[in-house]
Amino acid sequence: MAADPCKDLEAELRETFESGRTKEESWRRLQLNNLLSLLEEKEDVIFQALEQDLGKHPIESYRDEIGPLIKSLNYALNGLKKWMSGRKAALPLAAFPASAVLVPEPLGVVLIISSWNFPFGLSLEPLIGAICAGNAVVLKPSELAPASASVLADLIHTYLDVKAIKVVQGGVSVGEQLLQLKWDKIFFTGSAPVARIVMTAAAKNLTPVTMELGGKCPAVVDSLSSSWDKTIAMKRILASKFGICSGQACISIDYIIAEKKFVSTLVELLKAGTLSMFGVNPKETNSMARIINKNHFRRLKNLLNEPSSKASIVYGGSLDEDNLFIEPTILLDPPLETGVMTEEIFGPLLPIITLEKIEDSIKLIKSKPKPLVLYAFTNDEGLKKRLSSETSSGSVVFNDAIVQYAADSIPFGGVGESGFGRYHGKFSFDEFSYEKAVVRRSYLVDFWFRYPPWNDHKLQLFKSAYRFDYLGILLIMLGFKK
Amino acid sequence: MTTEMDAEAAVKELRATFSSGKTRALEWRVSQLKALLKITEHHEEEIVQALRSDLNKPEFEAFVHEISAVSAACKFALKELHRWTKPEKVKTSITTFPSKAEIVSEPLGVVLVISAWNYPFLLALDPVVGAIAAGNVVVLKPSEIAPATSSVLAKLLGEYMDTSAVKVIEGAVPETTALLEQKWDKIFYTGNGKVGRIVLAAAAKHLTPVVLELGGKCPAVVDTNIELKVAARRIISGKWGCNSGQTCVSPDYILTTKEYAPKLINALTCELEKFYGKDPLQSNDLSAIVNSNHFDRLARLIDDEKVSDKIVYGGQRDKSNLKIAPTIMLDVPADSLIMSDEIFGPLLPILTVNKIEDSISEINAKARPLAAYVFTNDKKLKEEFIKNVSAGGMLVNDTTLHLTVSGLPFGGVGESGMGSYHGKFSFDAFSHKKAVLQRSFAGDLSARYPPYTSKKLKLLKALLKGDIIGIFRALFGW
Repeated sequence: MAADPCKDLEAELRETFESGRTKEESWRRLQLNNLLSLLEEKEDVIFQALEQDLGKHPIESYRDEIGPLIKSLNYALNGLKKWMSGRKAALPLAAFPASAVLVPEPLGVVLIISSWNFPFGLSLEPLIGAICAGNAVVLKPSELAPASASVLADLIHTYLDVKAIKVVQGGVSVGEQLLQLKWDKIFFTGSAPVARIVMTAAAKNLTPVTMELGGKCPAVVDSLSSSWDKTIAMKRILASKFGICSGQACISIDYIIAEKKFVSTLVELLKAGTLSMFGVNPKETNSMARIINKNHFRRLKNLLNEPSSKASIVYGGSLDEDNLFIEPTILLDPPLETGVMTEEIFGPLLPIITLEKIEDSIKLIKSKPKPLVLYAFTNDEGLKKRLSSETSSGSVVFNDAIVQYAADSIPFGGVGESGFGRYHGKFSFDEFSYEKAVVRRSYLVDFWFRYPPWNDHKLQLFKSAYRFDYLGILLIMLGFKK
Repeated sequence: MTTEMDAEAAVKELRATFSSGKTRALEWRVSQLKALLKITEHHEEEIVQALRSDLNKPEFEAFVHEISAVSAACKFALKELHRWTKPEKVKTSITTFPSKAEIVSEPLGVVLVISAWNYPFLLALDPVVGAIAAGNVVVLKPSEIAPATSSVLAKLLGEYMDTSAVKVIEGAVPETTALLEQKWDKIFYTGNGKVGRIVLAAAAKHLTPVVLELGGKCPAVVDTNIELKVAARRIISGKWGCNSGQTCVSPDYILTTKEYAPKLINALTCELEKFYGKDPLQSNDLSAIVNSNHFDRLARLIDDEKVSDKIVYGGQRDKSNLKIAPTIMLDVPADSLIMSDEIFGPLLPILTVNKIEDSISEINAKARPLAAYVFTNDKKLKEEFIKNVSAGGMLVNDTTLHLTVSGLPFGGVGESGMGSYHGKFSFDAFSHKKAVLQRSFAGDLSARYPPYTSKKLKLLKALLKGDIIGIFRALFGW
């Protein structure tokens, strides 16, 4: 690598951005179309990288990363022209002669830092937004998923405009170097401790940031009566925990809350469901991703080894450090002070907390930091209303999990400790833009009492007009000519 | 030590109030907005006095720029509140079919508003209107550099508002530092970039989202072939008529062609005399400089030897009354003090270019300002300007008025800030937009779940591409 690759990087991208190239609609479309080609032509290369980094089955990779990206690209190509054209702003009636519009503009040169669990998805979804908005981009994928980082660098530098979109690979020190540069936006997906470092660095340059963080996403599971509902609910719960990157996803169900009277049914259903979905020997069926590395493996092992957590295991619990594999594990009522109930699990351990009444879940949820998603499996409309209005979370999803990731019309983002800012669909475009307010006036109408010298008469005029409305004053100010 | 404990205690009490859910109720929000409105209606005299005391602000400015602006913000919020708080239903696509979705606004929680000294009443309460409308609890920390207004705010809000939910904490650096150490759900800061960085760094410790309303050097480009008298008046009104230029959106400097500059200067000086008389230091219609620190800062800009021979009008000062007369300079060098930072005072440098189009690159070479203005009748220049100049807001053929359009967001970009407010944007700035997705148990897609098969992959591909025919084919195994 060159002496200070980062400094040259910043200069080159700024030059590209200032040339105006990335603002052209044709440039943006070309990049988006090329990304589509990349995903369609290099599917196998991507599958291979994800298999190498995380042991993901190709279907998991398609369902969770490639597929949604293709969908997002098509959605963006469809919406781009409209998004770029801005919107008219409401003017007071019988206005000045004037017009007011909001013009979206790119922020400039942006930095995207992505995480290791969905290395393609979490790199390219924000990239789509950044491109749509007309920015020049540096993408720093996570070094914990090195095969994916390498493939991203390769493919992006081949398919996209290398003078405007660059991938910088590396670990902590490269990350630190990048954070010293002056960005017009930083989009960060990852953990809260690193988020603090990123935001503190951003503060030096007044760089706005988006933080996509995590938390403990609870799933309130009501006592469902219909066996169809129960079956579907179980499938969705299990898939969202064990079936998606082995629970290493910010939107995985972290823990379940259920009523004591329902829990024995629930545990039996979960056990049966796990068996049918992942088989007797999940490791062999190739339907579960690996734990990303030894650090995280040990972290999860420690969570399980806490004596009161260990004692609460009702299913699974076996660990294979050499293969970085942990089998689907269910815990029943581990104490709330244990690690498994205080930290974000990010692994295939599913604790169930039982309460007397399902409504008590609200209190428990509120006692913890605001999560990225609140899930609830219930047909009780009253419970749904209470959960939504009395708790706060990035989003709320009823009767399913994970699918919200594929939706384009709702924002995807957190609140409180789970982050701030949002993306997906047009929200991605907005997140990498700022709206410039443009008002045009003519000379035709000017008013005499806008100007000093002031006297009582002018002030009285204002005051009487003011009794209606400040906008009213403005209208009078602009409409009158003595 | 006491300031830290006070800050902590205040936040603790506010958090408890917020947890009780009281501030979420529409009735509570309405009652508080009405209380703010009452303050503007019943205490006009007191507020005007405070602004006179702090800034020698003319009654006209106090009324039009501050009091009635706050009143308008309250009325607008009261009118729109039920609309803003209604969930927004959104369409869902085939990838989540069948489903229903909506976006619900919720309050962020406990928020901190730190305001500036130049519009000490407006910049304190305008954000507070948004915070309350969105259902939050608020601490307001008014600027200590405008002490009379800070005191009036503390008194009046203490009397009229629900003090378990809306608190005014007065003070200077130690109090502000203590407040910034607490954990907030949002911080809204109006001021300068230096302190903006401090606020953002403090927010970073708690991952608190912020709105920063900062400043910059707002340029005004003046073309030929315009209604010069009207343009001159509008420039004067946006500069000296707005707190003697101590306004974040005042035109900071002017760009015009070499040939036109004398005409412009003529028009400006002519109108200035009409507005403020031959001895502007005697005019009661000009705000004073806020304090001796800023007075000395501005005096240094005038006394800079690089500009000593560039002054074409004004330059008089009266230190005892903290007044500086409207001052115009022509062709100051790029490295003069006056061109390095935001002026924030009654000094107007005019820079000349050969071709008027050159002003665009001049502007873009500097940090992005909060606002940019152009006076022209040339359609091409208008479009070039709008397309190529990057600024928070723009106004063609006038200055500062765009702030009054409640349908427009007011905020900066880059060095001039992040986030925006006014009207519904204020409500949004203090809300979390929660996505709520409802799925049913009917219509399950088994292709999502393991064990994985190639048939499932086909179906997923078709579904995610929105390819209806592909979906049928996959489902029926064709």
